[in-house]
Order: sequence, then structure tokens, then C-alpha cells
Amino acid sequence: MTAKLLPYIASCGLLLLLTGWVWGLAFAPEDAVQGNSYRIIFLHVPASIFAQAIYLFMSICAVMSVVWRVKLAAYLIKSAASVGALITFIALFSGSIWGIPTWGTWWQWDARITSTLILFIMYLGVITLHGSFSNLEKADRLMSILVIVGLVNIPIIKKSVDWWSTLHQPASITVSGAPTIDPSMLYPLFVSILGMGLVLISLGILSSRLHILGREKNKKWVQSYE
Amino acid sequence: MFTELLLYCCVYFCGSPSKKLKNCYSRLKMQKIRKQRLQKLFFIFALSGIGVSLILYSLNSKLDLFYTPSEMTAASLNAETRIKLGGMVKAESIKRLGTTVQFIVTDYQSEVAVSYEGITPDLFKEESGVVALGYFTNGVFAADQIFAKHDENYMPPELKMTEQQL
Repeated sequence: MTAKLLPYIASCGLLLLLTGWVWGLAFAPEDAVQGNSYRIIFLHVPASIFAQAIYLFMSICAVMSVVWRVKLAAYLIKSAASVGALITFIALFSGSIWGIPTWGTWWQWDARITSTLILFIMYLGVITLHGSFSNLEKADRLMSILVIVGLVNIPIIKKSVDWWSTLHQPASITVSGAPTIDPSMLYPLFVSILGMGLVLISLGILSSRLHILGREKNKKWVQSYE
Repeated sequence: MFTELLLYCCVYFCGSPSKKLKNCYSRLKMQKIRKQRLQKLFFIFALSGIGVSLILYSLNSKLDLFYTPSEMTAASLNAETRIKLGGMVKAESIKRLGTTVQFIVTDYQSEVAVSYEGITPDLFKEESGVVALGYFTNGVFAADQIFAKHDENYMPPELKMTEQQL
């Protein structure tokens, strides 16, 4: 099924992402305070959003895997974890690059940056935990439990800028209240977020194909593939 | 329990074909097992949530990146402790003498005078956020590192100028 959809998802995603980036990098106005260095927002914010969203997706899969024993959900956790680790690294890296001209430092151990680093470590931990077991059913169950245990990190990342004093500024786009980012910058940001989402979904599909085939390799449907 | 009652009803209503009866019974049993798994998972989540919340609550203000001027004057710190001080740069308080910058950090309740030797970040200006690392000696905060904070507002320069004019 995904074979038919994947080219569309991937191409739509890349198109949207490139549109968002060209719009943001070339056509959006410069910021009054930060000048042109704010433009990395079009990479950093979508990356951070999806770093957390992928973890939430993994948590839903973890619940399905443990409660309903859906095997596909377990395969998807591991596939999503690779994509998640990548995008969290991009978020941290782009954030550091943004920090150098604006804050004057590429790293500080404030609450948000540290909890995002912990998120990155959680992704790696989930992958490693699963790989360290020879009994794969047990591995699936324990991996799902680890995902659920780490779920508490997500609200911490979100709220860290409100609960504690941090170097990182509070959110510009919130559920309550108007966005504090000008529409001329907000619209390319939305386009970039959408585009990145679709690109990550296509990466996830590719990754999950790998994992599904790997896990099901003894089944007839895989072996009849020639 | 509700599920037990349901099981008995099932046995009663599911008529003669014993296969139907077995399906009815096993489906309800599966629901019960799934409910138990969900409860166990939720319990694990709640446990980790409570554990992390307790840790964070007990750490409390230690998770703050910096002291505000009020917190710093309230906490009596000795001159050898390297701390971070954060707040807003007071309007018209930046004075530059050679490579030294002197300014006042305020949180609109207290103020601390800061002295820094070196190049300040581009975003360092008056009425803007700052975090300074250094030592508090003789009533002056001697900073050896300065970070500029920016807020969450993004707007084009033209809009900012009209906003300032208003």
C-alpha cells in the first residue's frame, strides 16, 4: 500500500519543504532584532517539533504493542526511533548554530536544551535496548516500556521555558494566545513544518520497510518475493 | 465485577452453538487482559511521572540557568562562587571604557552592577535580556562571559519601528 503512496508523500514533502525554505531564506523579511541569522528557524523549529512528535507517535505504538500485542506497532517503534534520533540531532545542531551569533554560545546546560539532549539519548537508548536482546518478543515489550517511561520528558521539554529561567526563549507559537511571530515569517514556517513532516513520514516508511522485512523474513510472504 | 457479570450474561444468551459461546467468552476475557495490560502500562507511566516530578520539584530552583538580581541579593553568596546572573539590561546603563563594559542588570525589583572585559555579543543592548557568568565581589559582578538573550518575538524592522513610535 505504501508503495503507491510513498512517491507522492515524498515528492509533496520535498516540494513543500523546499518552498518553505526558499520562501523563508530568500523572501521573508529579516528580523528587527536578529537580522538574517534568525532564518535558521525554518530548519530548527520544524526539527524540534518533530523530534517531540515522533516520540509521541512512538508512545502510541508502544501502547498498541503492549496492550493489543500488535507486532507492526513494535516494528514501527524501532523505525521511528531512527528517524527521531536523526531529527533530534538536527534540532540540537541547528540550535547550536543559531546560538553562536545570537546568544554568543553554542551550548548551555539550560532546562530546554538539556531535556532535548535527554530526548536524543532516549531515542538512541530505545534502539540499543531492542538490539541487545536475542528474544525479540521480550525486546519489543521492554522497548515499549522504555518508551512509555521516557514519555514524561516531552511535557518537560515543552514547559521547561515556562517553569524555569532558561537561555532559550519561550514559545512563539502557543495553543493559547496569538503567535508572537509576524505572519510574513509565520507562513513560510508553517510550510516548512508541513514539508518536513511529510519528508519524515517518507523516511519513516522507508525505515519501517527495512524493519518489517527484517523481522518477518521467515514468513512466506517475504520469501515469495523474488 | 462488571466483566464477570457480562461473562455470565454471555453464557446465558449465547444460545446452543457452543462455538459462539466460546467466542463470546474469549473475547471478553481478552478485553479483560487488555485492560489489565493498559492499567499496568499506565501505572508504569504514572510511576515514572511521579518519580521525575519529585526529582524536579526537589531540584526546583537549581534547574534555573541563572540567578535574577533579586535572587542574588537574597542569597548571600561568597565571592569565590562562580554564578550566572540573568536579567534585563537597564536602559541607558551601558558604559564602555576601552575594552571594559559596565552596565546594570535589573529584574525591575533589584539591580546589580556588572563589569565585563571583552567583546559583547551582537544582540547585547539596553532593555534586552542578558546572562552573565562570573563572580560577585565588592558590590560589582565581575563577568568573564556574557550571553545575550532574545525574546520570542519575530518581526520585520519596519514593524518594529512603527511599534516603537507608538
